[in-house]
Formats: sequence, C-alpha cells, structure tokens
Amino acid sequence: MTSAIEIRGLHKYFGDLEVLRGIDFQVAMGEVVCVLGPSGSGKSTLLRCVNRLEEPTSGTILIEGEDITDPDTDADAVRRRIGIVFQRFNLFNHLTVMENVTIAQRKVLGRSKGEAERIGLENLEKVGVEEKAGDFPRRLSGGQQQRVAIARALSMEPDMMLFDEATSALDPELVGEVLGVMRTLAEEGMTMLVVTHEIGFAKGVADRVVFMDEGVVVEEGPPGKVLVDPDQERTRTFLRMVLEGE
Amino acid sequence: MEGTRGSPPFVMLSLVLNWWRELSKRRRVRIWRGVSYVLFVVLAVAFLLAIDWARVIDTMFRPEIVADQFPDILLIAAKNTIIYTILGFIGGLVLGLVFALMRLSQSAPFRWAAATYIDVVRGIPLLVWILLIGLGVPIALGIRIPTTFGPGALALSLVMGAYMAETIRAGIEAVDRGQMEAARSLGMSYSKAMIWIILPQAFRLMIPPLTNEFILLLKDTSLVSAIGVTVTTKELTRWGRDGVIHSANATPLVVAGLVYLLLTIPMTRFVSRLEKKVAKSK
Repeated sequence: MTSAIEIRGLHKYFGDLEVLRGIDFQVAMGEVVCVLGPSGSGKSTLLRCVNRLEEPTSGTILIEGEDITDPDTDADAVRRRIGIVFQRFNLFNHLTVMENVTIAQRKVLGRSKGEAERIGLENLEKVGVEEKAGDFPRRLSGGQQQRVAIARALSMEPDMMLFDEATSALDPELVGEVLGVMRTLAEEGMTMLVVTHEIGFAKGVADRVVFMDEGVVVEEGPPGKVLVDPDQERTRTFLRMVLEGE
Repeated sequence: MEGTRGSPPFVMLSLVLNWWRELSKRRRVRIWRGVSYVLFVVLAVAFLLAIDWARVIDTMFRPEIVADQFPDILLIAAKNTIIYTILGFIGGLVLGLVFALMRLSQSAPFRWAAATYIDVVRGIPLLVWILLIGLGVPIALGIRIPTTFGPGALALSLVMGAYMAETIRAGIEAVDRGQMEAARSLGMSYSKAMIWIILPQAFRLMIPPLTNEFILLLKDTSLVSAIGVTVTTKELTRWGRDGVIHSANATPLVVAGLVYLLLTIPMTRFVSRLEKKVAKSK
C-alpha cells in the first residue's frame, strides 16, 4: 500500500539558514502522526512543505505516491486533496461562516450553491458550530473560529488533514473543544499529520510520534515509547520542560 | 546693570513671570486659551474693517453676474466637471488595478514595466500630460482622440492609474498573508484567491484613500481647461475663466470656486466618517 505522505531527504533553506536538514519519514493511510519539538525546530516548515505553501529546497515529497516536488505537478490539484488548519485560523473575514465553508467548494470544485451548502452544513454540524452559519468570523470565539476552519477544510473532502499548532493561539479553556473535534476525526480514520504542543493529545490519539529538533527527526515511535521512555537525551529534556510547565 | 534691574518695565515683567509660575497648569491653559480667543477676534475685526467691501463686491461678487451664471454653471460646467471626474476615476481604477497586480507579480518584467510606468507618469505634472495628449499626440502621430471628452478623460485616467496603482497595491498588501495561504491551501489558484478572497477585503480598506483620490481628481479636472473645448464641454474652471474674460469681472471665477466647494466639502466630511468607521472595525 502506498503511503499517504512520504518524505525523502527534505532540505529547506530560508536564505542561509537551514531550517530542515534532511527529513525522512512516512505517514500511512489512516495513520495519525503527531510532530513534537521545541519552537524553531522546523516542524511547521515541514508541514507547510507538504502542501507546498513552502517550496522545498531539495528532497522529494510523495502524496499518495505522486511526486509533488516535481515542477510539473499542479500544486492546486495537490492542495485540494490536503486540508490544512492554521494556528491563526485564517478564516475569510469578509464572508459569513457558511460562505467560508462553501466558497472553495463552489469556485474550485464547481459544486452548486445548494450542494455546497448541504456539505458545508454537515461539516459545521460535525464540529458543532452550525448555529453560527450566518455570522461573520469576528463574532465567534477563537475555539469556534478554529472549528469553522476545520469544517472549511473538511468540506473539500480531503484525503488527509494537516494541523499546524491548531490550538496554540487559543485561550486555555477553548483548547479542549478543538482537540475534541480532532480526536473525533482521528477515530473516524482520517489520515492526520499534527504539529502540536499538546502532549496529552499526542499520547491519547497518535499512532506514532515524531520528535524534531534543529531541523532533523531526533526520534520516532509509538507514543507509549517516545513520550514515556524516550531513547534520546534531547527528547527527555524537551518532555521534562513541557511537563513542568503544565 | 543695577539701573536696568530696578527699572519699572523689568519689575513689571518679573512680577508677571512670578505670578505666571505660581499658577496651576490648568489655570495656565485656561488663560492661554482666553488670550488666543481675544487675539483672534481683534484680528478678524481689524481685517473686516480694513477691507473696502463695496469695491470687493463690485469686482468679485457682482449680484447680476452671479445671477447670470445660473443655471448653466450647474447644468453644463459642474456636470462636465463631474463627467471628467467619473471617467478619470473609472479609467484610473481599471489601470491602477492592472498595474498594482503587475507590481505584485512573480515575474520580474511585469514588475519592472509597472514600476517604470508609475514612476514616469507620477514624475511629470498632470498639466504636461494633458497638453501632451490633447495637443502633442494629434500633431505628432496624426491621431485624433475621439469625442470631445476623450483627450481630457484619457490623460486623467492614465495619470490616476499610476497614483491609484500604489493605493491599490498598499491595500492588497494590508490584507493578512494568512488569507492568501488559506485560500491557496483550499486549492484556489492565485487569481481565484485574488478575486474572491484578497481584493474584496483590500477594497474595503481602500475606500477612504480612494475617496480622497476622487476629491483630488475632481479638483485636478480644472487642468483640462488648458486644452480646447467646445461650449458644451466646458468644465467649471474653463467656465469661470471664459466668464472673467467675457464680463471683465472676477465674479464668474469666484462662483466657480464656490461650486467646487459645494462638491468637495460634503465628500471630505464623508471620507472622515468612513475613516473613523474603518478604524473602528479593525
């Protein structure tokens, strides 16, 4: 079976700064992989390379077996199959919640207004914000906005979902509602690559955990191993610092 | 030295200074304000008394000439000023959008072309462009720009396009980068994201500066008076100027000036209200 995501020898420079220094790993279909690591370790850049919001400097990324780093690949077509949820929500501020979840369906997939709204509403119900369909994003709480962002991505019926620190910009009491939605998605078998600081979520939901530092994968394995009894000193130090904060 | 220190003016001055120093800050502010009001009224009254009003009215605001201007100054001249303004604004908006998108393009030749256009057009006075297009082009190239409004409206559009390109570019750049990323991540192409996501938000931010440019343009249409016009295409300035020559009196130009004010002041008020609204919604 081909992997959902396969990354080989990925390097990324910003100017002279080498942010990713040779990354290799895979995400299988239906697998939930959490990427942990200190800020500046390159985990967000890695995620953004996967749907080519950042152009890799070198290396190969295969999405369901298709090489997306090939310049001839239609990046728009690849992105259609990959949903991404951003730290800062990035809802379209001039559109209502319903328009947020339908605009790409209509302009990219060519769905009719009625069909797009039916699918949009289904996903808004799934994340529990259907009663906000007519409101503008600024009237919603951060947690509600992030759940709309998830519904917006799901409405494109992607094959996999990327989460870029989806709960880092939220007030602490709103984190749970977003993690709950992510947990449901994982249970339904969605392929997920999740960059997060939530150790508890990684422990409970991830099939596999990847620990990154300074642009390389330091350690990976099942959460029961990496998060409980890691092999590497750097992983241990990181976990101790994060858990002390909690 | 002793002599000057003891002299009455110096004593007075030091008394006043001492009194001033001992006042609270609030009282000082109040006294200052009182003094400036009194000064203002005195100057205004002196100004009004110094002027020979009979003469001023006779040369600049003669009632029968004022009456003569109406209604044609509104029906012809003000209407034409508005037509030039609207044609120039629409043309400028279209050109401005094209050049703004070129400035933001990934491809360097587009960026260079747009930057060159903007710099060259903005670096030469509008009057020179109007004369070049109205008089120079027909002579040099043998092309007659069609319709009587054509040359003036074309020159205004070309120049406004360069100014508006920068306004529009600033508006586009003011939209959060995350909006473009979110749109692209949903599979939208660059142009779809621009049309459906970025530009609607950018134009909302641009309404106050664009309205400002509209007002500036309205006043700049006066420069069109420098090229040939027919009786029916005179705008306000040309109307006033021809009226001055015809009546040997400044009244027509003064009335034209007042009509400009009638148009610009409500719009200026409108802009400051818009700006407050935009600032609030941020």
